[in-house]
Amino acid sequence: MSEPWEDDELEGPVRKFMYVNRKAPYGTIYALESLEVVLIAAAFEQDVTLAFLDDGVYQIVKGQDTEEIGVKNFSPIYRALEGYDVEKLFVEKESLESRGLTADDLVVPVEVISREQMADLMEEQEVILSF
Amino acid sequence: MAMLHTVNKSPFERRSLDSCLRHAVKGSAILLIEDGIYAAIDGTVVAEKIKSAVGDHKVYVLGPDLKARGMGDHKLVDGIETVDYAGFVDLVTEYDKVQSWL
Amino acid sequence: MPIEVNGKTLETDEEGYLANLNEWEPEVATIMAKEDGTELTDAHWEVINFLREYYDEYQIAPAVRVLTKAIGKKLGKDKGNSKYLYELFPYGPAKQACKYAGLPKPTGCV
Repeated sequence: MSEPWEDDELEGPVRKFMYVNRKAPYGTIYALESLEVVLIAAAFEQDVTLAFLDDGVYQIVKGQDTEEIGVKNFSPIYRALEGYDVEKLFVEKESLESRGLTADDLVVPVEVISREQMADLMEEQEVILSF
Repeated sequence: MAMLHTVNKSPFERRSLDSCLRHAVKGSAILLIEDGIYAAIDGTVVAEKIKSAVGDHKVYVLGPDLKARGMGDHKLVDGIETVDYAGFVDLVTEYDKVQSWL
Repeated sequence: MPIEVNGKTLETDEEGYLANLNEWEPEVATIMAKEDGTELTDAHWEVINFLREYYDEYQIAPAVRVLTKAIGKKLGKDKGNSKYLYELFPYGPAKQACKYAGLPKPTGCV
């Protein structure tokens, strides 16, 4: 038995996980569910990549204020991901542009990549979780 | 008998807005709510859809849903009017019927 | 079970976490700690206040690993380790300290 303050070394190989986010926030529960899974899974110290494409780019748009709709604004949580060692955030350029958005409209620093690069990045993964 | 149409799905993901626009007769009103508000933003590849509708219809967008999604300060397509919840209620009472395009 | 603080009754969930974050006041922490048999010291308050600031900025209660690292950065290496935090909050630093701070239970955490 180890003492509770001794960090458990988690066994097993580090695998490449990608979370694919394709839905707008608030209209459906997908965005928040994805974020919660990412936060929980961060404890397993895997190689995590977050991809935002299609309406998923709306999840990380700046200036969200949900007070009047009575729902929790979870956009600040994306800024906490760095502290969870989730630092690879990729946004698809075509998805941003077709929505009239740029990287400056986003709450977190991200890497903007082309659709083709996104497809390659997906191919490199070992596990893909889609939301 | 004028109708109020509401659309609550993203125009990028579903065809609800397209279907609504094909069925809404001249003089009926359209209210964009929830993820439907993205259709009201200018400068997107779908903005033309609403632009072509503002001539024949009064088009409204729900302000609280815009703000929630960080779109409160983004430019709306010309001719769209923002309403709050009280305005939503007023519209429902002002028009004879409501049809929700889900 | 609801708790009584300065003549007000505050709702909690079944695990004793405050139902409404905005109802928190320092007395809440003191009373919850007393129920656990703990007298809060400056060292406890440092962590509780840190957690409230963290929540204010990020809208989540941090996982214990994240808390430990962030405390180390803010308050010094001697405090940014699990042993120090477990000694202050033996029921699990994130869980117990979050409760005193009026935050929800951290997502997937000790």
